Amino acid sequence: MKEILSLEQVSYSYPTDDDEVVKAIDGVSLSVKDGEWIAIVGHNGSGKSTMAKLIIGLLFPQDGVVNVFNEQLTNENLWDIRSRLGIVFQNPDNQFVGSTVQDDVAFALENNGIPFEEMVKRVHESLKQVKMSEFLDHEPHHLSGGQKQRVAIAGALALRPNLLIMDEATSMLDPQGRDEVIRIVQELKQRTGLTVISITHDLEEALLADRIFVMNKGKILQTGTPDEVFKHGEQLESIGLDMPFALRVSELLRKNGLSLEGEHMTEEELVNELWTSHFKM
Amino acid sequence: MLEKMIFGRYIPGDSFIHKLDPRSKLLFVLFFVVAVFLANNVATYGLLLAFTLFVIFISRIRLYFLLNGLKPILILIIFTFLMHIIFTKEGTLLVDLKIIKIYEEGLRQGIFISIRFLVLVLMTSILTLTTSPISITDGMEDLLNPFKRFKLPVHELALMMSISLRFIPTLMDETDKILKAQLARGSDISTGSIKQRIRAVIPLLVPLFVSAFKRAEELAIAMEVRGYRGGEGRTRYRQLTWGSRDTISMVLLVMLIGALYLLKG
Amino acid sequence: MDISLQNVGYFYSKDTPFEKRALQGVDATIHSGSYTAIIGHTGSGKSTLLMHLNGLLKPSEGVVRIGDTTISAGTKTKGLKDVRRHVGIVFQFPEHQLFEETVVKDIMFGPMNFGVSEEEAKRRAYELITLLGLPEDVAEKSPFDLSGGQMRRVAIAGVLAFKPSVLILDEPTAGLDPRGRKEIMELFNHLHKKEDLTTILVTHSMEDAARYADNLIIMSNGTSVMTGTPEEVFADEEKLASYRLGLPRSVQFQRDFEKKIGRKLSDIALTEEQLAEFIAKAALEEGADSC
Repeated sequence: MKEILSLEQVSYSYPTDDDEVVKAIDGVSLSVKDGEWIAIVGHNGSGKSTMAKLIIGLLFPQDGVVNVFNEQLTNENLWDIRSRLGIVFQNPDNQFVGSTVQDDVAFALENNGIPFEEMVKRVHESLKQVKMSEFLDHEPHHLSGGQKQRVAIAGALALRPNLLIMDEATSMLDPQGRDEVIRIVQELKQRTGLTVISITHDLEEALLADRIFVMNKGKILQTGTPDEVFKHGEQLESIGLDMPFALRVSELLRKNGLSLEGEHMTEEELVNELWTSHFKM
Repeated sequence: MLEKMIFGRYIPGDSFIHKLDPRSKLLFVLFFVVAVFLANNVATYGLLLAFTLFVIFISRIRLYFLLNGLKPILILIIFTFLMHIIFTKEGTLLVDLKIIKIYEEGLRQGIFISIRFLVLVLMTSILTLTTSPISITDGMEDLLNPFKRFKLPVHELALMMSISLRFIPTLMDETDKILKAQLARGSDISTGSIKQRIRAVIPLLVPLFVSAFKRAEELAIAMEVRGYRGGEGRTRYRQLTWGSRDTISMVLLVMLIGALYLLKG
Repeated sequence: MDISLQNVGYFYSKDTPFEKRALQGVDATIHSGSYTAIIGHTGSGKSTLLMHLNGLLKPSEGVVRIGDTTISAGTKTKGLKDVRRHVGIVFQFPEHQLFEETVVKDIMFGPMNFGVSEEEAKRRAYELITLLGLPEDVAEKSPFDLSGGQMRRVAIAGVLAFKPSVLILDEPTAGLDPRGRKEIMELFNHLHKKEDLTTILVTHSMEDAARYADNLIIMSNGTSVMTGTPEEVFADEEKLASYRLGLPRSVQFQRDFEKKIGRKLSDIALTEEQLAEFIAKAALEEGADSC
């Protein structure tokens, strides 16, 4: 499979007044393949947001190389690369540029000089993909946070990107908005095979990913499928992350002296396990 | 008080006026403002007033809301009217209340000035009430386009304006939230000496600035990442269309100016 | 201090073309010393409601009673400052209200507005910095130089500093990571018990409501649609669902589990800990039966 993104021994530290330099990203290497859903998880301050900035060229690493679409990210190809990826940021309000939903979706298209007729087509198409078609003329302050984030996703999709980056895109939303956004991305992923990198501290969201990178103190602490990563539950908790509900309950059940076979990621699996091991007579 | 202000707000609708192209509305108001100064007698002022009422009528905005919303400005108009009555001492004496003497010329001028003021305020309010701020911006950008030749940064100005407009409701909400939060911490903006009141505004202004700067920074990043590099090579999503309605309104404008010219003394 | 609302209604932008009803016929009682959770979706009116609980908004209809103070549409704003001294609100994203040069000064702002002496306010500020688990050297730093989580704590300290007897929390953990969330909620729970506070938590989280509250008010479409203890409210799954609200995860799990094993557990599991305990107990009984 084609590689979409790779980081090779990347380090970055923010300039500070103090002499003591703390590396926000410390020798990180990773590779993302076409069509994968990647979750980069970590608590606030673990370096995961810096990672997003390095991938989209808002920052350049002091050491190492960032390759996007098999090209090393430089000042020269920055704009070209950006036109092939979409990013959704954390604060729904501060990335809504247009005065109405359709204007906002069109913003990146305008910047890239797409002709008018094509823009209209793509705006409608993208809004349909995020189920916001009826909101064409709505103004941002009449939308919920979840709706604004869906518009932001549509704005990214309009450019027909090869990669969608979600930089804590659900962390300011209420549970309903969060579910809306995750469901939309999930559907998109299934239908179009879009590559998604989701930066989050929500492990329930990470559970949906193909692979998880756990970040701590600027380094990658763990990599693997959700099953592999959550095997080390205690370690995740020790760096300030929460385990998924079913795993937390499993652990508590074991503490209460109940034996369980294997690890169970979802509630359904756990109920079934309880049934087979302890209640099926 | 502030939430009742109607000046500068937009009420969506689908009247003839609502459907006009913002350019024709802007041109109309611009020339109307100039034309108002042609009026100098009963016939011309009467015509202006009648015409304005006609425009309000077809805009289908309720007169009650309009007058209620313009209260602070109406008070100003009444004040001007009284000033004229009291201080102009020409023409025949109409009423003599010993302390206040009302002369014919004073009354005449008071009424004329008030009508002039009133029609100007009403017409501009109709413009903003029936045109979304963003359409006004679009219209202005388009009308100002020829000035690009003289290095006027038309695109940048229009973008600045549309972003400010887009953030006004957000910042208003924010102001309200911060105000409430500080009130809940016992801050008191409505009582005390002027000095105390000015000091009480600081807890409101500092967070507001901090947040506005943060928003601006994040917005700039979002714009950059979405490929914004100035007006060069940009296409436009918002298109304006000039229809027969707009031509009709321009014809009406010419007729109005002609009539004013013929009727003026 | 008891708080009661009788048939409370509220309009934004009253008497303008933009008039909008936000609350209608809200009836609720919040007893002194209780931990009440107000639950509802965005736009359900819960934020408007909470501003009625300390006189930041006056009801357009109906009456709000806070201790001995009665507030209705015609009440003068002047007397309400005293109410605010007793009812503190930690707003959503409270770090947005920070403004002073130093952390200590910001925490002192509230108490000094309410007439506490400078030394006393300062003493409380230092005390709260420790209580909230902030490093001591933040005291003289600018609040804007702190991390997001630390700013949140400073803002919370700024409300606790005037020692309100009723503490209203509007989504106090929004945007925090899991550890921060847990720490803050545990802190409030600790204060609730130790200081004998009346706590009102406005939240989307059924889990937090189930874990901490002893009284629930469910808001939907600007009105209070369900009230009662968590056990009472969570018993009516269908009614909750009609307001697009789900059960807390532990209760949901319990229901799924009960369906699978074909019998009911005697108690309702409000937390994960209870859930595990009840299931383990049930398994033990099951084992004993079959032997």
